[in-house]
Amino acid sequence: MLAIGLEGSANKLGVGIMLHPDDGSSPQVLANVRHTYVSPPGEGFLPKDTARHHRAWVAKLVKKTLREARISVDDVDCICFTKGPGMGAPLQSVAIAARMLSLLWKKPLVGVNHCVGHIEMGRLITGATNPVVLYVSGGNTQVIAYSSQRYRIFGETLDIAVGNCLDRFARTLHISNDPAPGYNIEQLAKKGKQLVDLPYTVKGMDCSFSGILAAIDALAATYGINGPEKDEEVDSEKSVEEGGKPTRADLCFSLQETIFSMLVETTERAMAHVGSKEVLIVGGVGCNERLQEMMGIMAQDRGGSVHATDERFCIDNGIMIAQAGLLAYSTGFRTPLKESSCTQRFRTDDVYVKWRD
Amino acid sequence: MHPETYKPPALPSPFSTTTSPPSLITQGAEAHLYKTCFLAPDTPAALKIRPAKAYRHPILDRRLTRQRILQEARCLAKSLREGVNVPAVWALDWEGQGGESGNGGAWLLMEWIDGPVMRVVFERWEKFLKRNQGSLSEEDVAGEESRVRGLMERIGRAVGGLHKSGVVHGDLTTSNLILRPFVGGSEDATTGEGEGEGSPSMEGDVVLIDFGLAAQSAQPEDRAVDLYVLERAFGSTHPKTEPFFDSVLKGYEQSYKGANVTLKRLEDVRLRGRKKSMIG
Repeated sequence: MLAIGLEGSANKLGVGIMLHPDDGSSPQVLANVRHTYVSPPGEGFLPKDTARHHRAWVAKLVKKTLREARISVDDVDCICFTKGPGMGAPLQSVAIAARMLSLLWKKPLVGVNHCVGHIEMGRLITGATNPVVLYVSGGNTQVIAYSSQRYRIFGETLDIAVGNCLDRFARTLHISNDPAPGYNIEQLAKKGKQLVDLPYTVKGMDCSFSGILAAIDALAATYGINGPEKDEEVDSEKSVEEGGKPTRADLCFSLQETIFSMLVETTERAMAHVGSKEVLIVGGVGCNERLQEMMGIMAQDRGGSVHATDERFCIDNGIMIAQAGLLAYSTGFRTPLKESSCTQRFRTDDVYVKWRD
Repeated sequence: MHPETYKPPALPSPFSTTTSPPSLITQGAEAHLYKTCFLAPDTPAALKIRPAKAYRHPILDRRLTRQRILQEARCLAKSLREGVNVPAVWALDWEGQGGESGNGGAWLLMEWIDGPVMRVVFERWEKFLKRNQGSLSEEDVAGEESRVRGLMERIGRAVGGLHKSGVVHGDLTTSNLILRPFVGGSEDATTGEGEGEGSPSMEGDVVLIDFGLAAQSAQPEDRAVDLYVLERAFGSTHPKTEPFFDSVLKGYEQSYKGANVTLKRLEDVRLRGRKKSMIG
């Protein structure tokens, strides 16, 4: 079976092709193409601009993907697309593209939950069988464990996503959005030395990030280090307690240390609760090596291990949609044209996972 | 838990030198619980250790560990003073071995509470019902149900008493409630693990334990969330007892003035839980 997957729930437009060989051998990635809409420093991506980007690029990417995979349209069994959750306008442009392909090629559609796509791709790449999943990206923050046909949400953010918190702080500091604001924060944080005091907001299994963002934005404003980088910035000899001033790197470092600790703590609680020793990190923030390192230490202390992937599979892509779509397709799932809409709100635990025991 | 591969961190002084070393009871996400003794060998004590988390920045780790262990001790002390059945706090150190040489971990030494946790009591009761499905008369079943209802009402009163003292528990499950048998009570109740043939004893005091997520609050919202967590715990771990949850609420209602405000709020909390929709 062969599926083409289309993803465009945020600023990444991804098209990918997955093959599930008929002899039951392990699935193969035939092509994984992505184009990202990058906004200027200090700005986020707006839905209308992102949708315009997706509309302009989707046909080119589909052609490129087919070429790279060296297959013809006849080989395709189904067309998978992201049904939600995500930004409305970008989701719609990609859903329309999927419908168009379905009518043009006379192939069935499979609507896929974006979060389930991340989980299934992570499981496939890392070989983790039944892990506790930490799904962290610009739009989602969830701690998930599988139980009787559902991916159940144990904990989640109460307000903004962890990636959104990082993205918006990057905007405050006018850090470049290319290739991704989170990546640039991670590089800057490596130069940070001192930890500034930030709120730490874990409520049971849930986290909150909006207050932390407000606090660190205020700190940056107080020390006058927000906005574009100024040339004269010098490393202060004194620590913050001694009346010194933190650097931009110190703030990035402190923000990462604080919010990642919160994520690792809630994940550990979920692991203790379900008695699992494996963790799988998926989603764009999952590329962060410091987060992977912290999670690794925690898992090791519990006698377990951490599974993570690199940017090809962590960051939104088309193959994860194709992978989750194919699993559903093989159990007989189809999305009729009439129901091939998309939705901004689509919870992970709404999906009936028929393909797992 | 996998005791064969897992090695808990070293115990802080003075517990590293105690003869008959403390025995590990459970490992939670945050803390390890040991059984040891206090001053005299025949005074059993519960030792809760919060080891330093190596993944966290040391400054952040110290701050959080200290905050949390003090909060736990304060909540326990406050509710004990108000006459709630909780373990007494005997000693604590928020920096492990103390001072700069400390490993950053913290420990709390408490009174040891005898008796099975409610999870075990209800599990045994559910097993007993299942085993004797055919042989129990309608009268027997009604008698069993009223016994469970009685226990659940006492649980409700215990939670009400805690809330009255100005503390919310934060993690009310049937694993965090102990049925402490009366002194000289029936032998049956004292053994938690034993696979008794008959219906388990439901005599004794309801004692609340594990205040790791407790907080001082008198807000109807926080109190209602406490009850909601307990309700969901009953529903997911002991489905057969779920229809009797109104007995918990009945006991709760009688326990303090103003309980009805909390119960009213509980209705809102229930709705919120179900319709929770993803944002952000």
